[in-house]
Amino acid sequence: MALKILVTAKRVEDPESKIRVRPDGAGIVTEGVNYKLNPFDEIAVEEALRLKERHGGEVVVVSIGVDKSQTELRAALAMGADRAILVRHDGPLDPAVVSAMLQKIVEAEKPDLVLMGKQSIDDDQNQAGQYLAERLRWPQATFASKEASLESEAEQKKDPGVVLGADGRSLTVVREVDGGVETLVLALPAVVTTDLRLNKPRFASLPGIMKAKKKPLQELAAAALGVDLAPKVVVKRLSEPPARKGGVKVADVEELWKKLHEEAKAL
Amino acid sequence: MSNVLIVAEHGAGAIRKATLHALAAGQEIARRTGGQVHAALLGKGLGPLAADLAAYGVEVHVADAPVLERPLAEAFAPVLADLAKAIGATHVGAAATAFGKDVLPRVAARLEAGMATEVLGFGGDGANVTFRRPMWAGNVLAEVEIATAVKVFTVRTTEFAPAQRAAAPGAVHAVAVSIDPAALRTRHAGFREVKSERPELTEARVVVAGGRGTKGDFAPIEALADALGAAVGASRAAVDAGWVPNDWQVGQTGKVVAPELYVAAGISGAIQHLAGMKGSKVIVAVNKDPDAPIFQFADYGLVADLFQALPALTAKVKAEK
Ligand SMILES: Cc1cc2nc3c(=O)[nH]c(=O)nc-3n(C[C@H](O)[C@H](O)[C@H](O)COP(=O)(O)OP(=O)(O)OC[C@H]3O[C@@H](n4cnc5c(N)ncnc54)[C@H](O)[C@@H]3O)c2cc1C
Ligand SMILES: Nc1ncnc2c1ncn2[C@@H]1O[C@H](COP(=O)(O)O)[C@@H](O)[C@H]1O
Repeated sequence: MALKILVTAKRVEDPESKIRVRPDGAGIVTEGVNYKLNPFDEIAVEEALRLKERHGGEVVVVSIGVDKSQTELRAALAMGADRAILVRHDGPLDPAVVSAMLQKIVEAEKPDLVLMGKQSIDDDQNQAGQYLAERLRWPQATFASKEASLESEAEQKKDPGVVLGADGRSLTVVREVDGGVETLVLALPAVVTTDLRLNKPRFASLPGIMKAKKKPLQELAAAALGVDLAPKVVVKRLSEPPARKGGVKVADVEELWKKLHEEAKAL
Repeated sequence: MSNVLIVAEHGAGAIRKATLHALAAGQEIARRTGGQVHAALLGKGLGPLAADLAAYGVEVHVADAPVLERPLAEAFAPVLADLAKAIGATHVGAAATAFGKDVLPRVAARLEAGMATEVLGFGGDGANVTFRRPMWAGNVLAEVEIATAVKVFTVRTTEFAPAQRAAAPGAVHAVAVSIDPAALRTRHAGFREVKSERPELTEARVVVAGGRGTKGDFAPIEALADALGAAVGASRAAVDAGWVPNDWQVGQTGKVVAPELYVAAGISGAIQHLAGMKGSKVIVAVNKDPDAPIFQFADYGLVADLFQALPALTAKVKAEK
């Protein structure tokens, strides 16, 4: 019943970093910006590790990007993933192209499950998992979550949120949708994308970090995959949205009411 | 031909409001490209919904089949991609809801198309229509071009006024569905609805939202919301703690709202939260920390304990009614 799981790991700007647009509008200012593993991908790695701990198998992480993406792959290895693949690519990427590359990796690795983040927090596209599922003609469950909260006992015990069927060939996934939560049962192989409430990712331990240095990290050039690398979504220009100006502080509820009623006419 | 296909959503026997905003976006593209707006309606037992949709003056293509009872991306994508091809659609769009985000990228993959998510507006004309969309939690606005023949997108509903009913309804066409249910590898196994008597978060005129500062007690938030006829929202911290439903999360990775009035209580104002509410007309912040970042964005800031301030405001609202 062991599961082979492929997890995607993108290098993105740290959500705590201040993002500014370069004066020429051709990119963002990268000086002083920290990078890390996309938070949703961290959740995907955690979920993969929990499934492996429960059922056995292998967790392979893959990243497409610049050489430095090794750092994020090592971070995933330090959490406990078994090996990593870096597809070296320096230049603009979009989910249509990323998913075409991932399709090639999937065809070579033949995982039972691909776990991905629902969204990269740089481009905020929320597409790559769905594109990949369609390219493979696999079933998908996006925005995977779970019924129990992140404060629950199940979470303390590090239970997987996605549940493997007794036959080992199906997966039950609870997903966040508009107006409630939906449960889907997927026949494996499948693609699952993670939402925020699926789990709380573990921190890498010191021994984990030491071990990660020796785990296999295979590198290949994007061009070697034989897919069209031309971006399908071309960013013409970046700008900063108009800043919202702060207003006034009010002394008490009475004044707040007055302002809302008479000045803003919002009440 | 340069037609626009908008994928409709429905629930509880009605076309969802989000779809009307997406139709308006479709109409804007059609003006820029000289095309026509079509709508796709998929489901089971759709009855009068097709006519409801056609009332907006768009040609409606209805795929009504048991296999489409639930909006499973695996089943919807081929039907929508085939329809897009059949009507010569150059643009395929939907509202940026959970449904739209789930299904449209699969349609794009089938059509070998590039896609833009959460589109805020358009530029240019003809085949060169560009899309404006947020990146990095709304810290950056990008103008993007989609380089493929067919262009797929989802729109942020708050950026487009809903489409209006037209004088003459559009024609309704039936679409044949040839999906074999036995071949589907996705099975719907349940839905737990978050029932609410309150207005829909993304459509509400007023939103009252609570964060970690509530310490799990949303009673003052809900009481003020009900006095104002408002929807209730929440920060990620409140949702992660399991205090309120996921569906209430406002922000970069939750819902985006733009009400007339947004009241944030016990919310610090992280950039990821702001990404979901900074389009609000008037923002009120109630926070006991005078240095909370939210005060840099709020039109009216009240430094106070929410457990005192909110009940007082609720009483005031009720008294003035
Ligand atoms: C990938 C990613 C995605 C994210 N997506 C989202 C998102 O979509 N939406 C979102 O909201 N966040 C999101 N976040 C989280 C975000 O960064 C913040 O952590 C979160 O918004 C904080 O929630 P909060 O303001 O309720 O809590 P805190 O930051 O802890 O703030 C609580 C506030 O309550 C005040 N307070 C305490 N007690 C009282 C009282 N009695 N009366 C009045 N005030 C009081 C405190 O002064 C404080 O300012 C995301 C983060 C990441 C990394
Ligand atoms: N360059 C990349 N390398 C690895 N994974 C990626 C890359 N781009 C996107 N992904 C994965 O696809 C998910 C959705 O990304 P997106 O569609 O870009 O929002 C992310 O959470 C990642 O898991």
